[in-house]
Amino acid sequence: MMRLPLFRYMAPRTAAEVSAILADHAPGEALVMAGGTDLLPNMKRRQQTPAIVVSLTHVADIRKASNGNGMVLGAGLTLAELTRDPRIRMHYRGLHQAAAQIANPLLRNMGTLGGNLCLDTRCNYYDQNYEWRQAIGFCMKKEGTTCWVAPSSDRCLAVSSTDAAPMLIALGAKVMLVSRKDGGRIVPLTDLYVNDGIGYLTRRHDEVLTHVLLPPAAGWTSVYWKLRRRGSFDFPVLSVAAAAKLGPGAMVDAARIVLGAVASRPMEASDAAASLVGKTLHDDAAIAAAADAAYAHAKPMDNTDFVLHWRKRVVREFVTYALRELRGEDMRETRRKYGRQDLVWVS
Amino acid sequence: MSDPAGPRNTVGRARRRVDGRAKVTGATRFADDVVLPRTVHCKLLRSSVPHGTIRSIDVSKAEAHPGVLLVLTGKDFPIPFGILPVSQDEDPLCRDRVRFVGDPVAAIVARDEATAFDALDLIDVDYEILPTRATPLEAYENPSPRIHEYGEEGNVHKRVSFRFGDTDEAFAASDHVFEDVFFFQGNTHLPIEQHASIAAPDPDGKLTIWSSTQVPHYLHRALARALDMPAAHIRVVACPNGGGFGGKTDPFNHEIVVAKAAMILGRPVKIALNREEVFYCHRGRHPVLMKFKTGVRSDGTITAMHLKTFIDGGAYGSYGVASTFYTGALQTVTYRIPRYRFEACRMFTNKPPCGPKRGHGTPQPRFGQEVQLDKIAEALSLDPADLRLSIVERPGTVTANYMHVQTIGLADCIASVVRRSDWKTRFRKLPHGRGLGLACSSYLSGAGLPIYWNKLPHSGVQLKLDRSGGVTAFCGATEVGQGSDDVLVNIVAEILGIDPLDVRYVTGDTDLTPVDLGSYSSRVTLMMGNAAIQAAERARDLLAGAVSKKLEVPASRLVFSERRVFDAEDPGRGVTFQEAVVLAETELGTLGTTGSYTPPRSPARYKGGGVGPSPTYSYTACVVEVDVDPVTGWIRVPKVWIAHDIGRALNPVLARGQVEGSVYMGLGEALMEEQTFRRLPPRLSPALVHKFPSMLEYKSPTSLDMPEVDTELIEHPDPRGPFGAKEVGQGPLLPVMPAVANAVYDAVGVRIDEVPITPEKILRALDDLAKGKPGRYGPESFPEIRYPEPMLVPTPWEGGDGNAVNDPERQRAAKME
Amino acid sequence: MPLLQLSLEINGEPVETAVAPYKTLLEVLREDLGLTGTKHGCELGECGACAVLVDGQPVLSCLVVAAACEGRRVETVEGMAGRDGALHPLQAAFADLGGAQCGYCTPAILLTARKLLETNPEPTRDEIADALSGNLCRCTGYNQIFEAVEEAAARLRASR
Repeated sequence: MMRLPLFRYMAPRTAAEVSAILADHAPGEALVMAGGTDLLPNMKRRQQTPAIVVSLTHVADIRKASNGNGMVLGAGLTLAELTRDPRIRMHYRGLHQAAAQIANPLLRNMGTLGGNLCLDTRCNYYDQNYEWRQAIGFCMKKEGTTCWVAPSSDRCLAVSSTDAAPMLIALGAKVMLVSRKDGGRIVPLTDLYVNDGIGYLTRRHDEVLTHVLLPPAAGWTSVYWKLRRRGSFDFPVLSVAAAAKLGPGAMVDAARIVLGAVASRPMEASDAAASLVGKTLHDDAAIAAAADAAYAHAKPMDNTDFVLHWRKRVVREFVTYALRELRGEDMRETRRKYGRQDLVWVS
Repeated sequence: MSDPAGPRNTVGRARRRVDGRAKVTGATRFADDVVLPRTVHCKLLRSSVPHGTIRSIDVSKAEAHPGVLLVLTGKDFPIPFGILPVSQDEDPLCRDRVRFVGDPVAAIVARDEATAFDALDLIDVDYEILPTRATPLEAYENPSPRIHEYGEEGNVHKRVSFRFGDTDEAFAASDHVFEDVFFFQGNTHLPIEQHASIAAPDPDGKLTIWSSTQVPHYLHRALARALDMPAAHIRVVACPNGGGFGGKTDPFNHEIVVAKAAMILGRPVKIALNREEVFYCHRGRHPVLMKFKTGVRSDGTITAMHLKTFIDGGAYGSYGVASTFYTGALQTVTYRIPRYRFEACRMFTNKPPCGPKRGHGTPQPRFGQEVQLDKIAEALSLDPADLRLSIVERPGTVTANYMHVQTIGLADCIASVVRRSDWKTRFRKLPHGRGLGLACSSYLSGAGLPIYWNKLPHSGVQLKLDRSGGVTAFCGATEVGQGSDDVLVNIVAEILGIDPLDVRYVTGDTDLTPVDLGSYSSRVTLMMGNAAIQAAERARDLLAGAVSKKLEVPASRLVFSERRVFDAEDPGRGVTFQEAVVLAETELGTLGTTGSYTPPRSPARYKGGGVGPSPTYSYTACVVEVDVDPVTGWIRVPKVWIAHDIGRALNPVLARGQVEGSVYMGLGEALMEEQTFRRLPPRLSPALVHKFPSMLEYKSPTSLDMPEVDTELIEHPDPRGPFGAKEVGQGPLLPVMPAVANAVYDAVGVRIDEVPITPEKILRALDDLAKGKPGRYGPESFPEIRYPEPMLVPTPWEGGDGNAVNDPERQRAAKME
Repeated sequence: MPLLQLSLEINGEPVETAVAPYKTLLEVLREDLGLTGTKHGCELGECGACAVLVDGQPVLSCLVVAAACEGRRVETVEGMAGRDGALHPLQAAFADLGGAQCGYCTPAILLTARKLLETNPEPTRDEIADALSGNLCRCTGYNQIFEAVEEAAARLRASR
C-alpha cells in the first residue's frame, strides 16, 4: 500500500489563521488541503512533501453559497454541493456542467471548488510514483531539470486540468485571496493563472483562495464541453467553456470562449469570442469562423491521454458543439456520445 | 459420467453462490486481509534502469536504518525459478542482470511499510547500462546483447513452425487468396486487488504462505525449488483472489522473497504491492503482429490457411512458450480448415513479461481471423453470418492440427445473435455512422496437459462425511471470482441431494486439499467438476448401500433429494440425509471418498501438439453495435448481443456473469486498454518505461462506458463435461474485439486492423478514404522472420496419425517403443 | 512523531484509538481497527475500492487523513447487515444476482449504492450507472450490479 510521508496536520477555523500558518513557513513547507483529492495522491507519490498540512475543513465561512450581486461561492464547497445547487443549474448552467463532469461522484463528494481551481498541473511524466520518476531521472517540475515533453523547452509544459477554471473565466468570475499580510484581494480569475506548468498560479504561498465571485447572470447563458476517454474519472484532454450574452434571435451581444487542457493555463480564445459579437448563433458560418479562431489557440502537448494531433484536430468540433448548445440546440445525443451524460438543464 | 437423467436438485438453478454472503459482508479474506501477530513488512527495490548489469549493491545504510530488520539481495537467492520447466529464467531478486524497469533487485523488511519504503532510497545500486530493446523487431534485428543467455538465438525466445497438409498446393487451387496483416497491442489484467502475500514460519519449523495466487500447486513447487526446502514442509494457501484473469498464474518473486524472509526472521512477513508494481508483475496480453493468408473457394469454403505471428514477450519466459503455440493452436476448431500452416516467433524485450491473460495467446489471432473473414465475406458478396454458418466445423472432428472437437453449438450461437440483433434487416443497412459487426470464437475447457510433465490427475476432490450429517468438500481449486467454490459445492449437493449451504468447503490449500492445478485455462469447472462427481457418487454409493439394507430397497432405486434418501417408487419410505450418514458410518466406519480427473489423451502426437488439446471446446458468437462519429472518429458501443455454447450452465447467474465480464474486458481491449511504453530521447537518457502504470491512465471502462449486454446461454450438454458443462470464463471475450472492428467497417467503411480501435485511428483511416486511399489503419507489412523448417504433419484425412513425418527425435523414440 | 489520539464513531459504535499521524482512514480501518472489509486497489483515488461513508457521504478512505476524522461518523461494509445478521437488501441482491464476482470492489459499491437508494429510492438505470461511476469493477461488466441495485431498491420500497 502507498503511504503518506510524515506531516503535521493542522485545522484552524479561519482563513486568516490558515494564512498565518502559511506565512510562518517557507513556500512548500506548509500546504493547504481542501478535499485532499489532489494533494494526498501527490504526497503519496512524493511530488509534494509538506511538513505541515493545513486543512480547510473547519473553516466554516468558505463552505457556503450566497446570493449577492450575482453569486458568491465559498471555495470550500464540494463539487457535489455545487452540482446540487439549483441556482447554479438555473443561472450558471455551464458551471453545473463543468462541476458535474469532474472526476467521479466519490471524488466530487470530497473535492472542492477551490481545490479544483488550484489543481496542480498534470503531466504523464510527472503524475507518477517516486520510483517511476526516478527511472526517467525526474523532470523539471520536481527534482529534475528537463521537461521531457519537449526537452528543449525552458519551461514546464504540464497541463492545466481544472474543469472549473475555464468555465468560471468564461463566466467572468473573480476570486478572493485572503492573507494575514494584506487582508485580502480580489482578482479576476483569469489573472490567477500563468502559462507555466510549475508557477501556474499567481497566488502567493501565504494566500488562501476563499471565495469565487460570480457576476450576475442576467442575459448570459453558458455551456461546458469536456473531452476525455471515459465517462468518469478522467481529467479533461480538451474542454471548451463558452458563455454569451444573447439578444433576440440568438444575437451575440458579448461572448467568452475559454479552452481547457490545451496549455499550462486556461486559454482564452478572445478573438474567437469577439468574432461572434453582432452575429447570430444561428449563423453556422459564424460558428465555423469562431471554431477556426479558437482552434489556433489550442497548443496541446504530448503529455496526456490520446494522441496530440487528434486532440488538436477535434477542437473545432468541440467549439462547434458548445456554440450550438449555446444557441439552444438540443445536444443531448452528442453529449451522451462523448460524455455518457445529458447534463442539459434549461437556463 | 453424469447422471443421464440430468440434474434434479441444484445444478442448473439460478442460486445465490455459496460464497455470496461472505463477499457482500466484507468477510472474504483476501491475502492482504490476513493478519498475524508480530508481522513485519517487506518492500522491494526495483530496477530503475531498463537493461543493465549490476556492478554492486550497497545495502549498509539501509541495514542501519532504524526499524529495518533485514535486507536481502540476489546473492541470497541462488536458485532461479519460472512457471515452465523450460524457462526457469527469473531470479527472486536479480543477481547480476536487470531486464526491465521494475525488476526487483533488493528487499527490505522493516517494522512497518513506511519504514521499509523510506529505507529503499538508502540502497545504492551501481548499474552498467546495456542497450535496450523496446519492440520485437528491434530485438530481432539486434541479436546482441542477448537479454537472456538461453533461447533459440539472439533475442529469439521461441520459434515454431508446422505444416498440416500441403498449403501451397491448396492456395494454388483456391479461387481467391486473401492476405492480411494485423496487430494486437498488449494489455494487462488490472485486477482490482493488488497482489499480496504473507508468509509465516510454523511452530514446527515448516512454512506457510497465504497469497493472491491462482495456482497454489505451481507456487508450491516453485517455492520448494527456489528455497531448496522439501515441498512437504511448505504450505501454500491461495486466498480468494480479488480478480485474477491470468495475472496471478505465475509464481512471483515477491512470494519467494517473503517466504525466505519469514524463515530467516522467524516471524510473519507481509508484502502488498502497490499498483505500479502490479503493472510490473504483468504477464498480460502479448503484443502480436500477425499475417493471415487464407485460400477460399467462391462459396467461401476455406481451402487453407497460413498464419505467421511475431510476438513481444517482454523480459522473461513466463508461460511464453505455451503462449507462442497458442497464437496458432485454435484457429482450426471453429471453422473447417483442411490444410493449415502456422509459424510463430516470440522475442525477449526490455519490458515486463507478458503471459496468460484471459484467452491466453488466442484472442490476438482470433481478432485477425475474424476480421479477415469479414473481408472475405464482403469480397465474395456473402453475408458474414451466412458465410460462418456454412463453414462451421462439424462435431466430433479431429482437425487438421489434431485438435479433437467434441460438441459444437456455434451454429446455434450465430443464429441466436443474428436473430436477437435483428442482423438481417440492420446489417449494411444502418445510417452512416452506425454499424453492426459479428465475430465468433472458441476456447479450451481446460488444457489437456499440465505445465510440467506427469501422468497424475489434474484435479482431485475429497469428501468427508460424518455422523453430524455434515459434508466437507476439499479441493485445491482456487476461487478467483469465477465461482469455483460454488461449482464444487453445487455438484456435491446435487448428487447427495442436500442444500449447497449444508456443505462446507476447503479449497486452495496445499496442506489440506488434494491437488488441483489451478484456476487457469478455464479448466476448473470441467476438471474439478468431474472429480467432484466421482467423489460424490462414491459417497452416494456408500450411503445408498447402508440405506438399502436398512430400508430393504435396492440401492439403484434410492433417490437423494431434499436432504433425504428415499425410495423412488415410494417417496415416503426413506431416511434423512443425516440418518443415511449415520447408517453408513455405523456399517463402514469413518467415511471419506475421493475423486479425480485426468483429461483424455489427445490425438496430437507431434512435438508441440501438447498445446491446444482440451477435453472439449466452448463456442461463442457475438454481435456488436457501434456508433462512430464520421467527423471526429469518436466510437461508442451502445449494445452487445452474445451467445455462448456452455454445454450446461451449472449456475446460470454465475455463467451469465462470466459472459458479461468477458464482454466488458473485451470491450476494454477493443476500445481503450493498452500497455505501452516510452523511451526518452536516447541522447539524453537510456530510460524505457511503462507509459502510465496507474489505474487512472490505464483505461478500464467505467459503469458509464459499459453497454447493455444481451446474453443467451446455449445448452447442449457435452458428454465430457460435468453434467454437460463446458467453459465460460474466457471464450466470450474473444469475439468482442473483432466484432467491434467489423462493426466499425459497417458504420463508416474503414478497416481498423489493429487493437485497440481508437478515435484517432478511425479518423486517420477516414482521412485516407477521403483522399481515395484504402480506408485502413493497421500494420503495413510483416517482417521477414527466419522460421524453422516446418514440422510436417499429415492431416487425418491424408492418413496422418498425429505424428510429424520429419521429426527425427520422435521417430527415434517411436522405434524404441 | 507521537501517535495521534482519535475518537470517532464507526458503524454506530464509539471508537477511541491512537494512530500514526501519516495514516489515512483506510489504513486506520484496516490496520488499526481490523475492519478489513474496506479494500484498496490504488491508494490514489483512481479505482473506488476503498469507499466508505463519512457522515453519510460516500468518500474514498484512501484520501482521507485519519486526523480529519475526529468526531466523524464512519460506516463500513461491516456495519451494513442488521444486528441479527440479516443482510441489507443490497447485500442480499448482490449475492443472489451476480453483483459480486471476486467481491473485492463489492464493499465500496454496496456503500455507494446504499447512499444512492437513501436519496433516490427508485433510480433509473442511468442514475445507477452514474452513481457507481466512481467504482471500477473488473469482473462483472456492471450489468448484474445494476440489476442487483434495482432489485434491492424494489425490495426496500416493498418493505416500506
